[in-house]
Amino acid sequence: MRVCSYGANFYDENANRVYTENTKCVGCHFCEAICPTEAITVRKNDFDIRPLAHWTPEHLIGIMKQAETGGVLLTSMGNDRPYFSYFDRIVLNASQVTNPSIDPLREPMEIRTYIGRKEEKLEIEEDEDGTVKLKTEIAPQLKLEVPVMFTAMSYGSISLNAILSLARAARTVGTFFNTGEGGLPKELREFKDNMIVQVASGRFGVSADYLNAGSAVEIKIGQGAKPGIGGHLPGEKVTEPISETRMIPVGTDALSPAPHHDIYSIEDLRQLIYAIKEATRYEKPVGVKIAAVHNVAPIAAGAVRAGADYIVIDGIRGGTGAAPKITRDHVGIPIEFAVAVVDQRLREEGIRHMASIVVAGGIRNSADVIKAIALGADAVYIGTAALISLGCHLCQTCYLGKCNWGIATQDPKLTKRLNPEIGARRAANLLRAWAHEIKEILGGMGINAIESLRGNREVLRGVGLHEYELKLLGIKPAGEAW
Amino acid sequence: MRRILIREEYCMGCKLCEINCVAAQVETGNLIKVYRYVPELPEPNVIVEEHDYVTFALQCRNCDDPSCLKACMTGAMHRDPKTGAIRVNQEKCVGCWMCVMACPFGVIRRNTKEKKVASKCDLCADRGTPGCVEGCPNEALVLVEVRE
Repeated sequence: MRVCSYGANFYDENANRVYTENTKCVGCHFCEAICPTEAITVRKNDFDIRPLAHWTPEHLIGIMKQAETGGVLLTSMGNDRPYFSYFDRIVLNASQVTNPSIDPLREPMEIRTYIGRKEEKLEIEEDEDGTVKLKTEIAPQLKLEVPVMFTAMSYGSISLNAILSLARAARTVGTFFNTGEGGLPKELREFKDNMIVQVASGRFGVSADYLNAGSAVEIKIGQGAKPGIGGHLPGEKVTEPISETRMIPVGTDALSPAPHHDIYSIEDLRQLIYAIKEATRYEKPVGVKIAAVHNVAPIAAGAVRAGADYIVIDGIRGGTGAAPKITRDHVGIPIEFAVAVVDQRLREEGIRHMASIVVAGGIRNSADVIKAIALGADAVYIGTAALISLGCHLCQTCYLGKCNWGIATQDPKLTKRLNPEIGARRAANLLRAWAHEIKEILGGMGINAIESLRGNREVLRGVGLHEYELKLLGIKPAGEAW
Repeated sequence: MRRILIREEYCMGCKLCEINCVAAQVETGNLIKVYRYVPELPEPNVIVEEHDYVTFALQCRNCDDPSCLKACMTGAMHRDPKTGAIRVNQEKCVGCWMCVMACPFGVIRRNTKEKKVASKCDLCADRGTPGCVEGCPNEALVLVEVRE
């Protein structure tokens, strides 16, 4: 009762007992988790709206809410519609007899990977005394000990303690986290070597100092949960610390426009990429994040030709702190297709080496990571999975800013519930566990390096997929041999 | 010497330390059994202080220069030579509650339920980890070793 920020549990003095107001409960399970005697159970409330196949309770409630308010329905986190999860229809290969499998506990297994532009060829020169030197200048790279990074989540959308948890976990494991578009709180400056800074359409907190504060810069064009639309942080949430990092006055609305108003073409994108490269003295990779939409392959190819060192593709199941429900649920394409067609297109154009591909949007476990990499990714971004490791129970009400778990809130009473020491430990544990599993599966396939898995679609087989889907994914149906 | 470190920035004011302290003082230890079957429950020796979003759990600080020890006329309040913690000898205590008056943190309580003695945190000397530390879901109370 004391802990619920939504006031769902309350004490009635006269009756001397605790009651629950069901309509206020968002199903975040915090009270359940904190109760020491397991006396609370959060259950599905079977209310009496007919579960018709076409007019589902979800649609009815949506219409009722909108009839009352006349507004856009808001929601949070990733798409929860039962669209095909192609990851679930792809199976992996393993070695039997003809090619030996590898035991990752006894033999070396390389899952380190590098994000950034690779050279077409390497030239070496030999000195008179016989020492060999690399003649080619290597473009700046991000070194990932695990091919999983924490995706962009801004200070504002999540609490400082949540970002600190991810930052410390990234440092422990040797990977990267992303500041999101909300600028850089001074507490994060020490994480330079594990930080990617983002430049989005609002350009909040962007300065030459900011661009140089991380290891890479990422230009955000779109987000999987809400392709084509911007963001709006209401003025009430722009508190003193948020205003300081975003560099806007306290209490003003923080509006991220839908497009970057200086980018209306690939040529414009190229200008911004090179402006950032100039500002960072060509020492840092510059990436471009786009949402997976119908035309994703040509757009990604354009971005690579514009000079992007890595491309992030965010699929339809990507999460968000707040988005119109209608956009989140209906705009974009599944990430599996997006990564497959982008990888294919870049290979056909002969520019695959010029940029790494990072995949985001609904990666749930290490098998999804492996499938994404085999479809052509270099690494993946996780957001929802990372937040779940911090306590999130996917109640999908981040936009209310009252997160009981202290993640998607700025209320000091709630943010202190997330101890970044515990958070960092848990997030790092998640990455370590996935790393073990990835090694295990790679070993089973007889592959000893993650780089040999990238784009290796022979290790994938589709189950229950149509011919055209298999063709787009570039994989064979289950049962077909090499 | 072991001490309990209070980390106010992570305390959510859930008061689980208080009920775990009560349970730690009772033999069964199990929360449900304690609250359901133990007739006379002891007072918690940890108190959660609250003001708006500032919350923290406070128990005996085992001061280097303890006022309660000076105020005690019978010598019931003493420093445990082994652990360095301040403890009450229930045999000697006469219940004058001068220690309650003297404590600058207000963490010694009158024990009105049994006899007349004062009740205070003994760092769970007979238990492994103190109940409040074990029961804290957010590591806002941690057990640390400090040098003498």
